[in-house]
Amino acid sequence: MAKLKDLALRPERLSAGHRLCPGCGVPGIARLAVRSTEDYLVVGSATGCLEVSTTIYPYSAWKCSFIHNAFENVAATVSGVEAAYLALKRRGKVKENFKFICFGGDGGTYDIGLQSLSGAMERGHNMVYICYDNEAYQNTGNQRSSSTPRGSNTTTTPVGKLSSGKTGRRKDLTAIMAAHHIPYVAQATADNWKDLSRKFEKALEVEGPAFINVLAPCVPGWKYEEKETINMSRLAAKTCFWPSFEVDNGVWKLNFKPKEKLPIEDFLKPQGRFRHLFRPENQHVIAELQQEVDENWEEILKRCGEK
Amino acid sequence: MSSDRSDGSGIVFWQGNEVVAEAAIAAGCRFYAGYPITPSSEIAHVMAERLPQVGGKFIQMEDEIASMGAIIGASLTGVKSMTATSGPGFSLKMENIGYAYMAEVPCVIVNVMRGGPSTGLPTAIGQSDVQQARWGTHGDHPTIALAPAFHREIYLSTIKAFNLSEKYRIPVMLMLDEVLAHMSEGMRVPEPSDYHLVDRVKPSVTPEEYFPYDTRFGDVPPMASYFEGFRFHVTGLNHTKTGFPTTNPDICQSEEERMIRKVMKDADALAEYESYLLDDAEIAIYAFGSTARGARGAVDEARKQGIKVGLFRAITLWPFPDKAIYALAKRVKAFVVPEVNLGQMIQEVERAAHRDMPIVGVNKVGGIPIPPSEILSKIKEVAKNG
Repeated sequence: MAKLKDLALRPERLSAGHRLCPGCGVPGIARLAVRSTEDYLVVGSATGCLEVSTTIYPYSAWKCSFIHNAFENVAATVSGVEAAYLALKRRGKVKENFKFICFGGDGGTYDIGLQSLSGAMERGHNMVYICYDNEAYQNTGNQRSSSTPRGSNTTTTPVGKLSSGKTGRRKDLTAIMAAHHIPYVAQATADNWKDLSRKFEKALEVEGPAFINVLAPCVPGWKYEEKETINMSRLAAKTCFWPSFEVDNGVWKLNFKPKEKLPIEDFLKPQGRFRHLFRPENQHVIAELQQEVDENWEEILKRCGEK
Repeated sequence: MSSDRSDGSGIVFWQGNEVVAEAAIAAGCRFYAGYPITPSSEIAHVMAERLPQVGGKFIQMEDEIASMGAIIGASLTGVKSMTATSGPGFSLKMENIGYAYMAEVPCVIVNVMRGGPSTGLPTAIGQSDVQQARWGTHGDHPTIALAPAFHREIYLSTIKAFNLSEKYRIPVMLMLDEVLAHMSEGMRVPEPSDYHLVDRVKPSVTPEEYFPYDTRFGDVPPMASYFEGFRFHVTGLNHTKTGFPTTNPDICQSEEERMIRKVMKDADALAEYESYLLDDAEIAIYAFGSTARGARGAVDEARKQGIKVGLFRAITLWPFPDKAIYALAKRVKAFVVPEVNLGQMIQEVERAAHRDMPIVGVNKVGGIPIPPSEILSKIKEVAKNG
């Protein structure tokens, strides 16, 4: 695994000057990902915050090949590039080694892009798909996605007399991807750069598809202070809201176990999107969220052989 | 926020998108399925808030295709249903829009046009989906598409879109553009006495005698709803009056002809437009949507300069006002057609005019509205070249 010093000395592939929001969780994740290989890179991005903000005419923050197609099809588009690359490589028309990375937000990955992602994983393309999950459609104005946690106040699950925010449980996409039985699947938070970096490297090394789901705190959507992004990630890990684990050739392994599992309130409290949950009439939603987190955590502990 | 989002004075200052949402509720829309897309998302935001207040249902779907599928499903239960989108989403919805034509399911699709093709200009004006509204889905079908130009008209056109979809059992397109959708404008909210509401015709026969495509009652068959005791088959395959699939050439032919005839026999009445200073005009402008507002300014300025020009402001894009344009073409010497695309409706003006005469476009696709000054320049150029 590359040391931090080595990583820092590698050439920048996602440069400064992009227009992601101050405090955004996404660029740190993306920047680390594209540093995790010294091979040539083709990066694809679904429509979303990362794509919109890094490619504003007449600039590009990308110092590698970059494709944006549409909202629903980054994995399909990069499938085409990778398949053609392999054919050209076989015929000796391409000599260099290329790696392929797809980025998608939760909207472009959990929802509209799920079919394209699933197809690419099943076909076995040698690509790494990284979902930066900020838990709603943040680029278009904080509409709920199937990753949005129960109780979130979003523009399409507005809180009011008849609504305490989003209803229903969020989709467990990482488990869905693990069910594709691809070589490598992982989930991570951005506060633990070492774990994240190791996962990116591993994903880029394996032959065949890899999927990594990274929680990406969002200042305007989650409504917390800009300087708290890494702290939000840490609280997500310590409350076990966002467990860090990997599934390496079918073997589940837990990567972070908090010494003391914090109550979900610790994650919810600093965020404006959950503010209404602390009103007496909405306390049951917090209890439901806690129960979901507990169930999910127990399940992961079991799968990872920790229980 | 009060339940009808106004302060009680009857005067509001809303974005075009908010107008659509409130008008849909006034029209009786009680189901909305949508997906986030700029510049139409505010319609979803308002519907998410307002529909539960009136006993309706808002659901956000996993993509554009699903949104279209959901409103078709909801409409089959008898509930007036709507979705809103913009260019890329409009493209994705097209297969299901064709399904709604084939299965004859009333619903309303709002397309807030932005620049295209593909992702194009998500936050900027376009009017380049107008031929797509006509021919975007495969197969022969009639089209009703409305393009209002100011907020009170957006309100009334939204209601009209629901009425026409119910009347003809077809999907109806409401074509706004980014400028209208995001512009806030004062308006007096129309009172229920300012409009009428149309509901689909329900079966007058018993469930045993009912067929979903029974033409004994005319070209628009009465429509049963789910959960009311009627059993019927719905499919996108060509079908007989029973709804069951058929490949019988005679039935396929006659049914497809009927589905077009049911709308096109009323084409002239459906073609709503506003004539402005056309009586003595030598030059006619054909324009729609926010472009027509700029065109009106250009007409006023040209009149001041002594040019006899008038505006044909189309409110109905489809069916195209063939007869009205043909009649106008006999009276004027030239047409000017400004539109925020590279020449889409101008083809219809040329076709309907059916005359050898100057018909010139003013076309901008850079994501900005067409300035009245550019329309004026074209008017002057046409006037000079006679």
